[in-house]
Amino acid sequence: MTSTDETTRVIPLKRPFTFKRWFSRTGWRHLVGIVMVIFSAFPLLYVLSASLNPQGTLTGSNELFSRVGFEAYARILNSPDAPFAQWFGNTILIAGTTSILTVFLGALAAYSFSRMRFTGRRAGLLTLVLVQMFPQLLAVVAIFLVMSTIGDLFPAIGLNTQIGLIMVYLGGALGVNTYLMYGFFNTIPSSIDEAAKIDGASHARIFFTIILRLVAPILAVVGLLSFIATTNDFVVASVLLIDPEKQTLAVGLYKLVSNPNYADWSAFSAGAVLAALPVMALFLYLQKYIVGGLTAGSDK
Amino acid sequence: MRTDDTDVSTTKPSKRQHRAAVVAEAASGGLKAILVKMALLGIVDAVALYGLFILFLQQQWLIFALVALVTLVVNWIYFTPGKLPAKYLTPGVIFLVVFQIFVVGYTAYIGFTNYSTGHNSDKAQAISALMSSAQERVPDSPSYAVTVLDQFGTLSFLVTDPNGDVSLGSADSPLAPVNDATITGGEAVGLDGYTTLSFQNILSRTAEITALTVPFSNDPNDGALRTNDGSSAYLYLSSLVYDEQADTMTDAQTGTVFSDTGDGAFVSTTGEEMLPGWRINVGFDNFARAFTEEGIRTPLISVTLWTITFAALSVATTFFLGLFLAIVFNDMRMKGRKFYRVAMILPYAFPAFLSALVWAGMLSESFGFVNQVLLGGAQIPWLTNEWLAKISILVVNLWLGFPYMFLVCTGALQSIPAELEEAATVDGARPWAVFRLIKLPLLLVSVAPLLIASFAFNFNNFNLIYMLTGGGPRDAAADVNVGATDILISMVYKVAFTGQARDYGLASAFSIIIFVLVAVISVIAFRKTKALEELNR
Repeated sequence: MTSTDETTRVIPLKRPFTFKRWFSRTGWRHLVGIVMVIFSAFPLLYVLSASLNPQGTLTGSNELFSRVGFEAYARILNSPDAPFAQWFGNTILIAGTTSILTVFLGALAAYSFSRMRFTGRRAGLLTLVLVQMFPQLLAVVAIFLVMSTIGDLFPAIGLNTQIGLIMVYLGGALGVNTYLMYGFFNTIPSSIDEAAKIDGASHARIFFTIILRLVAPILAVVGLLSFIATTNDFVVASVLLIDPEKQTLAVGLYKLVSNPNYADWSAFSAGAVLAALPVMALFLYLQKYIVGGLTAGSDK
Repeated sequence: MRTDDTDVSTTKPSKRQHRAAVVAEAASGGLKAILVKMALLGIVDAVALYGLFILFLQQQWLIFALVALVTLVVNWIYFTPGKLPAKYLTPGVIFLVVFQIFVVGYTAYIGFTNYSTGHNSDKAQAISALMSSAQERVPDSPSYAVTVLDQFGTLSFLVTDPNGDVSLGSADSPLAPVNDATITGGEAVGLDGYTTLSFQNILSRTAEITALTVPFSNDPNDGALRTNDGSSAYLYLSSLVYDEQADTMTDAQTGTVFSDTGDGAFVSTTGEEMLPGWRINVGFDNFARAFTEEGIRTPLISVTLWTITFAALSVATTFFLGLFLAIVFNDMRMKGRKFYRVAMILPYAFPAFLSALVWAGMLSESFGFVNQVLLGGAQIPWLTNEWLAKISILVVNLWLGFPYMFLVCTGALQSIPAELEEAATVDGARPWAVFRLIKLPLLLVSVAPLLIASFAFNFNNFNLIYMLTGGGPRDAAADVNVGATDILISMVYKVAFTGQARDYGLASAFSIIIFVLVAVISVIAFRKTKALEELNR
C-alpha cells in the first residue's frame, strides 16, 4: 500500500510516453477491467432496461432501452394476483425482526463466552462451530413437520405464520454470527468492564450501556449479513408460508416467473429492481465493514 | 479458537467477596432495570401458562411436561442470583436446541418412517378418515336438532335427539351426555364455557361446519352426525366396517376384506391398498430403497457426484478468476481501480435469488437475450440440455461468486508484507517465481478456510439450482422427480414438497446422507488445512 515507493521508482525514469509500454504496464489491465465490468454489470443493466420496457414479454426486453416508461412498475405494484407491496413489507418485517433478534441473541451469547469462564464454555464454542456446518435447510423436512404439529396446537405460531418463520430463523442465530462476534468482543479490553464494575455498574448495565456500544461495528455487520441471508432464503420460507399474501419476495417473485417465457417479464424486472435497490444501496454503503466481516466469517 | 484466559481471573471468589458482589449488584441494578426484567419475565410466563393450558386441553402430555420444565428452568435461572453465563445464553440456546439441534434429530427419526402423502397420521386417525370418507346418510334416519358451539376456535355440536336427550361432541370427542345445557323450546341452545354461533357466524363458517363430522360413539362403526345447515343433523354410516378384534376393514358393498399387514395401511388379499394409511416405523427401508432400487440408486449416485463436482468447480473457477483479478488490479500505478472495484462488486450486492431468476430469463431458449441478440437468433438449449445446463450453472455461479473471491484475495494479497517480494527480487527471483513460491502459499493459508466455507455453501446452493434450471432437464428413467442438474438438497426438496406424492421419509433419508457427506468432507478439509498451516510454519 505504499504508493510512494512506486512513484519514486517510476518518476526518475521519465522516459517518453509510448503506447506499447503503457499497454504492457497498465493498459492491458484496463482491458481486463472493461471485460469484467461488462460481464458483471450487463445483467443488471438488462434488468433495468427490461423494467423500463412497457411491454411485458421476454422478447420485448431484448432491445435494450428502446422504450422507456414506468408502466411495468405500476403493473407490479397494482397487480391483483401478485401482492408485491405486501411481499416487500413481509420481507422487510421478517428479515428486519430476524436480524435484530439475531444480533441481540448472538451478542448475549458472545458476551458470556468472551467475558465469563464457566464449565462447558469450550464445549459450547465447539458446538457452535460444528452446528454451523449443518445449515437449517438440510432439516427442512423436519422443520416443516414440527411447524405443522405446532400449528395444530397453536395456530398463531405454527405453519403459515410469519412469527413461526422468524422463530425458525432464530434457531440459526447462534452459529457463525456468535463466533464472529465472539472474536470482536475479545478485542475489547476487559479492563473497561472491570473499571465499570468497580464503579458499581451491574453486569447488565455494563453489557447494555458499555459493551454493546463498543462493538457496534460488528453488530451492524452481523445484522446486515443476517438480513441479506434471510431475504435470500427460499427453501424454508416457501415451505412454511402458504398464503400468497404472507409470502416473502423470494417466494413470490419466483412463482411469478417460474416460467419466464410466459411471464410478465417487465413487471418481474420492475419488482426485482425495487427489491434489489435497498439491499444494494446498503451493501455498497457498508461495503468496508462487510468485507471485513466476510473475510472473518464468510457467509453467503 | 485460542482463548486468552489471563485477562479474566479464574480463581473462585471467596464467600465474602461473593456476598459483596451480590450486594453491589443489587445496589447498582436500579429500579428501572428490575421493572424491565420483571415485565419481560411476566410476558414469558404468561405466554407459557397460556400454552400449557392449551396443551392440557389437547392432552399433549409430553409437550406439556417439556414446556413446563423449560418454563421452570427459565424462571429459576433469572430469579436466583448468580448463574450469569446461563442468564446470557438461555434465550439463544432455547431456539438453537429446538430449531437446529432437535430438527436434525427429528430428520433422522423421520428417515426411519414411511411418513409421506397417505401416511401422515396415526392408525386411529387413519381409520376415522377412511370411515368418514366412505360415509353415506342413513336412509330415513331421524333428524337431530343441533346447535353449533365454539370454544377457542374448535367447533362442537350440541345435539338434542328425538327423545329430548342432550349431548355434546366435536370432531375429536364422540357425543357424550350433558346436563347443564340451556334449553329453549325443548331444544338445547347453549352451554356454559362455550359460545353459541349466531346465524351470521354459521354463514361465514359454512365450509368448516359442513365438513365437521362428530362420531356417534367410541365405536367408529356407529357412524357420525353431520349437518348441512347448522340446525339439523343426520346420522351418516360408513360403507366400511372396522372389526377391532381382527383389525380388518370390510367393504360392506363388495365384501372385500382389508387387513393390517404391518405396512402402514389396510391391504386386501389381492394386494389392493386402502389410503390413507398411517405412519409406521420402517427401519432401514428408506435407505434400502435408496441404495438398491435401480430407479432411485442411479439418480442418487449421479446427483451426489454432480453435487461434489459442482461445488468443487464453483470454488475453483470463482477462486481463480478472483485471484487473477486481484493480481491484475493490485497495481498501484493503474488509474480508476476504485471504479472497476465497485463495478465488479455489483453482482455480489444484487440479491442472489434475483440473479438466478434474471439469468434464467436471459438464457431462455427461444426468447432469451443470449440466444436472440448475442447469438443472432440461435436456438441453443442453454437450460434444457443436460450438459449445457451444467455449464450454464457454472457460468452463472462464476458471475455470482467471483466478486467475493476478488475481495478476499485482494485483502489477502495486500496483507502479505512487501519486504518478502523485495527480498526475493533482490535475490534474483522472476515475478512468476515470486508469485508461485512466496505469495501463493501465504495467500492459500489465509484463504483456505474461506474456500472450505465456500465449498460448503455451494454444496447446498439450493437457490441457484432451483431458480435457474429447477434441477432439470428431468431424468425420465428415474422413479423420483430429479433432473440432470439437481444437487442433493434440491432433490430432497423436490421429493418432499413437489409433485403429487410427497415422500417425507425418503427425503429425510436423503438428508441424512447429506449430513454424513458434509461431516466427512469437513473433517477431511479441516485436517488438510491444518496440515497446510503447519507446512508453512
